Amino acid sequence: MTKPWDKTSEHLLRDLAPQVLSAVARRFRDFSAAEDAVQEAMIAAFTQWPEEGVPDNPRGWLIQVASRRMTDQIRSEIARRERETAVAAEGKSLPPTLDIEADMDPDDTLILLFMCCHPALTPSSAIALTLRAVGGLTTAEIANAFLVPEATMAQRISRAKQTIKGSGVPFRLPSPHERTEHLPAVLHVLYLIFSEGYASSIGSHLQRLDLAREAIRLTRNTKTLLADNPEVAGLLALMLLTDARRAARTGPNEELIPLDKQDRTLWDRAEISEGIALLTAALSKASVGLYQLQAAIAAVHDEAERVEDTEWPQILALYELMKRVAPSPMVTLNHAIAAAMVHGPAKGLELLRALDKDPRIASHYRLDAVRAHLFEKMGDHEAAIKHYRIAAARTTSLPERNYLITQAARLAGA
Amino acid sequence: MKYILMMNTMRAGHGVPAWPQKDLQSHIAFMMGLNKELRESGELVSAEGLSFPDQAKLVRAGKDGAPVTDGVFPESKEFLAGYWIVDVDSPERAYVIAAKASAAPGPGGAPLNMPIEVRPIMSGPPPEML
Repeated sequence: MTKPWDKTSEHLLRDLAPQVLSAVARRFRDFSAAEDAVQEAMIAAFTQWPEEGVPDNPRGWLIQVASRRMTDQIRSEIARRERETAVAAEGKSLPPTLDIEADMDPDDTLILLFMCCHPALTPSSAIALTLRAVGGLTTAEIANAFLVPEATMAQRISRAKQTIKGSGVPFRLPSPHERTEHLPAVLHVLYLIFSEGYASSIGSHLQRLDLAREAIRLTRNTKTLLADNPEVAGLLALMLLTDARRAARTGPNEELIPLDKQDRTLWDRAEISEGIALLTAALSKASVGLYQLQAAIAAVHDEAERVEDTEWPQILALYELMKRVAPSPMVTLNHAIAAAMVHGPAKGLELLRALDKDPRIASHYRLDAVRAHLFEKMGDHEAAIKHYRIAAARTTSLPERNYLITQAARLAGA
Repeated sequence: MKYILMMNTMRAGHGVPAWPQKDLQSHIAFMMGLNKELRESGELVSAEGLSFPDQAKLVRAGKDGAPVTDGVFPESKEFLAGYWIVDVDSPERAYVIAAKASAAPGPGGAPLNMPIEVRPIMSGPPPEML
């Protein structure tokens, strides 16, 4: 009894991955081995289901395949020990698998998410493990998305699991206090997946997995699990309001088109409406966090039909709020841009001077890029060219460098 | 973030180091061990050793676009002997790996302390640009 494989099946399969993993990990009390077994079950499903159809009980199918892998592994482990020690197994019985399907917890996916984004992990290992264990992606897909060999990615995931084991993170829902404490790390990992996907979707990487869409899917799932948290909603809104501009941000030669030059008729209205609705609901709650503020700024841009309609005083007010809620040199920099749009470029340049003494940003290309832009607005082309070139030498982003050297060349040739 | 670690050591005509066998073996074992370590840490993107400079040619396009090859001049000071591309969490980590490669054992087992050039590999656009 099967259903044919269609476009929704892949999503279904990926959404099932964390539920299956939690059930198997809980039963066998070994997260690391269970995670490997579920990965094998996922690969088996991806090979068999498109040809043979989706089983009636897909979750049961995956749990069964993964449990069988676990059982096989435990058996061979016992056999190995028997050979080595020539002692009979001390009545070590295999966990029963029949009722494993009943062993579900509605918070399973959440447990996994907090585990995979644990602050003990480096961002790159947390990202890899989250995509595999919570996102249901294969190692090959993740490796491909980050342009590293599959073996390297497999090692990264396996080390991440060792770290979790080593730091003794229990397989249970963190306490409300731990959740509050660790939620920023979870949201940061989701945000990093999104921004990596956003950056890597430029260029001829058509075969690569769409990490931005994966991040949106995972954040959407997280939002249903933490419905009351305004920052989760804020992050999802930020992703949607940014992703809405996807079609407009690259030109025919894959060159970057900055926000003020984009064809706004290409923006995705449905994503914008959804993002604004989410944000409005989130902002009505008590605490205003960084993601909500970023989403609010994205919303102001998205609401302007023409670039000259942009409500810069609103954006300036939002950056002022952000300077109080979460001060950082990058916020000061963006605040200066908004101030320049409201009060003129001289005001912006004046505010930027405060950053020259800040070692966190003083030699960052963004400072020079913004300065170049403001000098150009002042009509000081010589200074603008100088700073465009300094910025171009300092950036490690190829599209950005192309953009900056082109700006310098345009002014030099004018 | 990805970095390339370039080992610029060999000079033309001095390609094959005339070290005692034992020292050569420990040098080679060290390099293999370093690659293994980077694979296991989940950081290695690729590592390649290049041929000795004797095999190198300088190529330019001729008038008709056809390749015109030239030998490599012995006065060229430095040659790329090999490189690693690593994907690491910070520039500091890339420098640690480079320092390790730099201290590969040479004659008598003493660390070579050769210069390793570390440069970031260009990436896609940063989020603030989008």
